[in-house]
Amino acid sequence: MEKKMKKGPGLKHLKPCVRGYVTPSVMTPVLIVFEVALEILIPLLMAALVDGGLYRLDEFQLQGVISRLPYSNNLQFVLWVGGLMVLASLLSLLCGALAARTSAVASMGFAKNLRERIFDKILQFSFRNTDRFQTSSLVIRATTDVNNLQNTYQMFLRMMFRAPIMMVLAAIMAFRINVRLSYIFVIALPLVLTPMLLFMFIGRKRFKMMFKKMDTMNSAVQENLIGMRVVKSFVRGSYENGKFRDSADDLMRTQIYAQKLFSFANPIQLGVMWGATILLWLFGGRMSVSPDGNLPIGELTALIGYSTQVIASLQMVSMFPLMLSRMRASLDRINEVFEEQIDIESPESDLAVETGEIEFDHVDFSYSGNPDVLNLKDINLHILPGQTVGVIGGTGEGKSTLVQMIPRLYDVLAGSVRVSGHDVREYSLKALRDGVSMVLQKNMLFSGSIRENMRWGDPDATDEEIREACKIACADGFVSAFPDGYNTDLGQGGCNVSGGQKQRLCIARALLKKPKILILDDSTSAVDTATEAKIRDGLSSLHDMTKIVIAQRITSVMDADQIIVMEHGRISDVGRHAELLLRSEIYREVYESQVREEVNA
Amino acid sequence: MPPRGGSFNSKMGGKRAEKPLKTLLRLFRYFKNCTGILIVSIISILAYSAASNYAVLMTKKLVEVLEAGIGADMAKYAALLIGMAILYAIAVVTNFLLNRLMLSCSARVMCALRKEMFEKMQSLPISFFDGRTHGELMSYYTNDTEAVNELLHHSITQMLISISSLVFVFGLMASLSIPVVFIMICMGVTVFYVMRGVTRKSRRNFKKQQFELAAVNGYIEEMMEGQKVVKVFTHEDKAKAGFKVHNDELCKVATDANTYASIVGPLMNNISHIFYAITCTVGVLLAAPVPGEEFLLENTWFASHQAFLVEGSALIASLQFVRQVSNRISQISQQFNSILLALAGAERIFALIDMPAEVDEGTVTLVRVEHQNGKLRETDRRTGYWAWKRGDELIPMRGEVVFTDVDFSYDGKKQVLSDVSLYAHPGQKIAFVGSTGAGKTTITNLINRFYDIADGTITYDGIPVREIKKSALRSSLGMVLQDTHLFSGTVMDNIRYGRLDATDEECIKAAKIANADFFISHLPEGYQTQLVADGANLSQGQRQLIAIARAAVSDPPVLILDEATSSIDTRTEKHIEKGMDALMHGRTVFVIAHRLSTVRNSDCIMVLENGRIIERGDHDALLKERGKYYELCTGTSELS
Repeated sequence: MEKKMKKGPGLKHLKPCVRGYVTPSVMTPVLIVFEVALEILIPLLMAALVDGGLYRLDEFQLQGVISRLPYSNNLQFVLWVGGLMVLASLLSLLCGALAARTSAVASMGFAKNLRERIFDKILQFSFRNTDRFQTSSLVIRATTDVNNLQNTYQMFLRMMFRAPIMMVLAAIMAFRINVRLSYIFVIALPLVLTPMLLFMFIGRKRFKMMFKKMDTMNSAVQENLIGMRVVKSFVRGSYENGKFRDSADDLMRTQIYAQKLFSFANPIQLGVMWGATILLWLFGGRMSVSPDGNLPIGELTALIGYSTQVIASLQMVSMFPLMLSRMRASLDRINEVFEEQIDIESPESDLAVETGEIEFDHVDFSYSGNPDVLNLKDINLHILPGQTVGVIGGTGEGKSTLVQMIPRLYDVLAGSVRVSGHDVREYSLKALRDGVSMVLQKNMLFSGSIRENMRWGDPDATDEEIREACKIACADGFVSAFPDGYNTDLGQGGCNVSGGQKQRLCIARALLKKPKILILDDSTSAVDTATEAKIRDGLSSLHDMTKIVIAQRITSVMDADQIIVMEHGRISDVGRHAELLLRSEIYREVYESQVREEVNA
Repeated sequence: MPPRGGSFNSKMGGKRAEKPLKTLLRLFRYFKNCTGILIVSIISILAYSAASNYAVLMTKKLVEVLEAGIGADMAKYAALLIGMAILYAIAVVTNFLLNRLMLSCSARVMCALRKEMFEKMQSLPISFFDGRTHGELMSYYTNDTEAVNELLHHSITQMLISISSLVFVFGLMASLSIPVVFIMICMGVTVFYVMRGVTRKSRRNFKKQQFELAAVNGYIEEMMEGQKVVKVFTHEDKAKAGFKVHNDELCKVATDANTYASIVGPLMNNISHIFYAITCTVGVLLAAPVPGEEFLLENTWFASHQAFLVEGSALIASLQFVRQVSNRISQISQQFNSILLALAGAERIFALIDMPAEVDEGTVTLVRVEHQNGKLRETDRRTGYWAWKRGDELIPMRGEVVFTDVDFSYDGKKQVLSDVSLYAHPGQKIAFVGSTGAGKTTITNLINRFYDIADGTITYDGIPVREIKKSALRSSLGMVLQDTHLFSGTVMDNIRYGRLDATDEECIKAAKIANADFFISHLPEGYQTQLVADGANLSQGQRQLIAIARAAVSDPPVLILDEATSSIDTRTEKHIEKGMDALMHGRTVFVIAHRLSTVRNSDCIMVLENGRIIERGDHDALLKERGKYYELCTGTSELS
């Protein structure tokens, strides 16, 4: 649409957001044109009324139209012209009010579409895409930034049409009344624009500096707040105060330095406007009283009115770049989301996961996509259906990375991961992830009841099935103890249950998928050992399901069919507990750091 | 841990001030350092309103001259124009003065407010920070400060200009024509009521909008937060559908709310046009007839009441005022609302400033001492010896901490510690073991008096901690916490945070003790490496080592290690262990740990459960006891 042509290619993602709201988007400027046109008639009618009615001149503005009106004396003339004025303003009111409504419909609809598109796009993000954005920054993009664009869009529909049209129409009217006097605008134009543009040009650097100082100060404050315990325990209050005082003073100076330019803006505009008024009175007045002059007082007054409107509109127009630059940052942030390349798309496939067999075949992986910085190196594994597999290793050694390959949360760089005999890339994501259920390390429940949360696993799960899954995950006990049982509301982010309870509910939710493969990524860290053992027992009763367990605690994996020891992105060793204890130094170290011989003795 | 506040939603649309006048007056008190500026500003406002409006009034005189036609007195006309130019010049100058002065003034007041806020925050008790999210706290410095800045910089002056202009305009118009003033009053009343009606409607709708907006924002927040879970459960379509419901509802209410907000402009603008038309028509009808012409309302009541006649020149001058009046009235009503909103920001800031600071009734201070002839003597030299100074009495600092029957609760309801008694001899290592929420961290919060106990006593070298000045108490305690907080600055700066007057050599020595020197010297710029955003460019373990070095440089007699190594895996911990051991040597140490390997060599291990010490003794003794600790060690029971 028009908007695109005006501001370049950065708007291509916004274009579809107008869909469904094209009519109000077009109607708003049209109505505003009518409103302005009617408004602009009023001074002209006033001139006719003053010159024809008050001074009883034979020639007056709009004579061609007015003389056709059915009036027979001066009184009727005045009432007719006055009536026309009132009519014009009423119609203008109507157009203006309608435009307000259409602009609201258009801009709110635009925002709705935009928000939805951003949300949908973010939902398409793969894990890798998600890693590139902070959660908080995504939220800001979908809320504050959308709000900024919505305001800009509305301003665009209303102001950016209104001011230029007003300027042009008022200028036309002025020229119509008196060409020579109207040249005064031609002088006024650069007088208003030049300083404004100059201020903006100089001001931009200063404002940038100011915002930078403000950011620095705010992040220092934030750091101080986050580290308050450190500040207080080292008794550094007055030291921090001193630092802050300096940066606050500095900010104040920069603020004044940046904004003082704009102290000139308003006076300059007023000066130009009033200067033009005085010049119009001066030259117009002389014209009005000269023998060959034909500028009646009413027309002169109208001219002065138009001059004020032209300059005020011009001032408005000169502010547009500033307003648009404010929204630029928001637009850029939103475009970043739209332009993010989704790196995992779901293939069309009818394949379903049949068994819990998993094979890793020379798998390399890198979060950065750089083959020189591998996070997984040459992984080879074969896991049989129904096996229980433990994964052990320090933080950052690649445990989570390894298991995330199985439900294809990331794509391998080289090699392949096969589930149930097929490469994971051959399944549709839905089929694959229904077959491979994963409980993430950083897990989450959502607002709504426990039952609703459980149905994430299976939308059609019966109450009985939900109960069954919760029993295996040792969650049924405490859920039933809640006064509202499975109807208990979990609150935003599941904040109404404790860490250990949350973990158990997350396991139950994953079980409801009835997956062929269940992956627990450090999912019982907040559950006590006794309960954990019960959960392990419960899970082992599901014979067909392959279970992969990442754990810090050696006790959690001791009984597994295979234990994988990860180090620096490689499989350092695979085996059973007893073998590893003999063979793997890392495993032994971990074991010993947790369970000392002296205790066992 | 005490509960944290809920999610923080933006305050747009927001709350209006509860005590606007009181807050405004209090805000004005900050101007006391710029009274001069304030007086000049007020004079400027009055001069600006008077000059700009009187200039408009001069239109009447100009028109009067021009009405004479060809024989007009152009000398007088020129003189009038010069007068008008002078008036406008005055208005321009005062307008500039006003803008510039208010800028300086507001920037200064903002600066003072920011400092006061920050200083206040440094003095608030830790419970204040525990009970609020970072977003909430930052909002004081961003949203609220911005609102007040806008208020001081623009809104208040604009409001004063509007009011004084309105007064001048009415005064001047009364001198022009009574009927016109009457029409203006009608307009004023109309504008006022229309504005009031629209504002009311709009406020009601904005409330609804805020509600829906919060719902949409909450939904977005939650789904973004749980995005990976959404992916794992291929729940995308459901999430989309859920969002659409909220989003559509928001769009509906927002459209209504926005309509009311948008309609104000055209409404006010066109109402003024209507009254302009009325004024013009009525004015012409009532115009005193030009010589040789008849009065338009001949044979009516007006013909016989000369006072109601309008001079032509007066009419033309009045017409210039019509827009002025309607603009000013609608400005006042709009500014009124925005001033109330901004004052709500000021109110929040003042509420913060008024919060009671951490109480410090302690008088006992910490001083450096030297031994002379077997007696202690206060000194300024760094002797390595400290003493508590109570009155004139010097009590040697040894690092002995005693808890007797301590009870504590964060909220006054839920008991977190009950009947805790413990005795830490100087140089001993005391460990606390227990589940999350058992009260381990609480105990350390009480030693350094982040929180005060409800019942019982805590003494430090025999002195009740309440009697010790907080600053003295805390500087005698070194803390290494689970979440390592480093500050922007160099590695050296961060270590020096432990003792500001430490030399580079002392900092490096501390880093060596903490086993951190090795990795620091391998950083690209060694000790001068800049740390960014809470030390994010270092690994968790490295940050922890710097924090240990920071505690080492402060060289405290008592050390508190609160889960200092819990976020490091067991193997990495082994490498830090040496540094920790060196640091702990010769000090009283309180260790809180999730992991038993960390606490094994403690002199005394306290096992906490539900705020009570259920077992105590050294490792061997506790194993023999075959209680909870034994279960923990043998893995039959686990901490949560």
